[in-house]
Amino acid sequence: MQIAFFVLLVVVAGTSGEMFVSRAMKGIGEVTSFRPGAIARVVLRALAAPWMWAGLGMMALAFFSLLVLLSRANVSFVVPVTALSYVLAALGGRFFLGEQVSANRWLGVCLVCLGVALVCAG
Amino acid sequence: MAFGQHLRGKTALLLFLMVAFGSSGDTLIGKGMRAVGPPAAWSVAPIVAFVSHAAGSPAVWAGFGCLLLFFLSYMLVLTWADFSFVLPASAAAYAVVPLLGHFFLGEEVSALRWTGVALITLGVGLVGNTPPRTTQAVPAAGTPVAAAQAKGN
Repeated sequence: MQIAFFVLLVVVAGTSGEMFVSRAMKGIGEVTSFRPGAIARVVLRALAAPWMWAGLGMMALAFFSLLVLLSRANVSFVVPVTALSYVLAALGGRFFLGEQVSANRWLGVCLVCLGVALVCAG
Repeated sequence: MAFGQHLRGKTALLLFLMVAFGSSGDTLIGKGMRAVGPPAAWSVAPIVAFVSHAAGSPAVWAGFGCLLLFFLSYMLVLTWADFSFVLPASAAAYAVVPLLGHFFLGEEVSALRWTGVALITLGVGLVGNTPPRTTQAVPAAGTPVAAAQAKGN
């Protein structure tokens, strides 16, 4: 039961953290110049976005939950299971970020999820 | 639906940087931490010794630098590309690492793992064929359009 709770925490907190970072970056708008000064300005604007900090906080929570989980369960179980985050990410992209997840993209996401689980379990 | 076809080139470049920096960062930190070893015990003094030992490892610092560059590339690509595009596409790293391990380091790769590599390659190919961006562009700050939107138009 405890293990299931930490698995859920790793997957949900990790994916929502990345989703929040994505939300912050979408708010900044497309980067068109890759000069160091322009990139530094983008980073500073990102650090001023509340979604960025919410995202980094969730990612930190996911990281510490992963450490706890790894001290209780086998790596060969934990790491393949975290591939579930690819499916959650597609759902989050669709419902939280308003992206259009086409049938092809869904199929690709499911293959990636299965493939990552196999690579990690193999 | 397809706002983003013209974005393919720079999206592919940034994804390549993410995969390259992400997998070399993980490998370098893994190499450095294996040399450091686990903390002798889970109390304050051994943990402090463990952290300072890790902080003295050039491989850990190089790995940390790679992961910072990974995260920077990730942030930049997300300013225009879909999250549901970038995340599965960046899973290419999971396919690249066993390939590099097999062909450069002569590691044994199991049949199960090769099946996984094939599925990831297929999945990334499918995702990569969808337009990288399906949402409307946010106008850059300071442009007349952004100013008009800020006024509530």
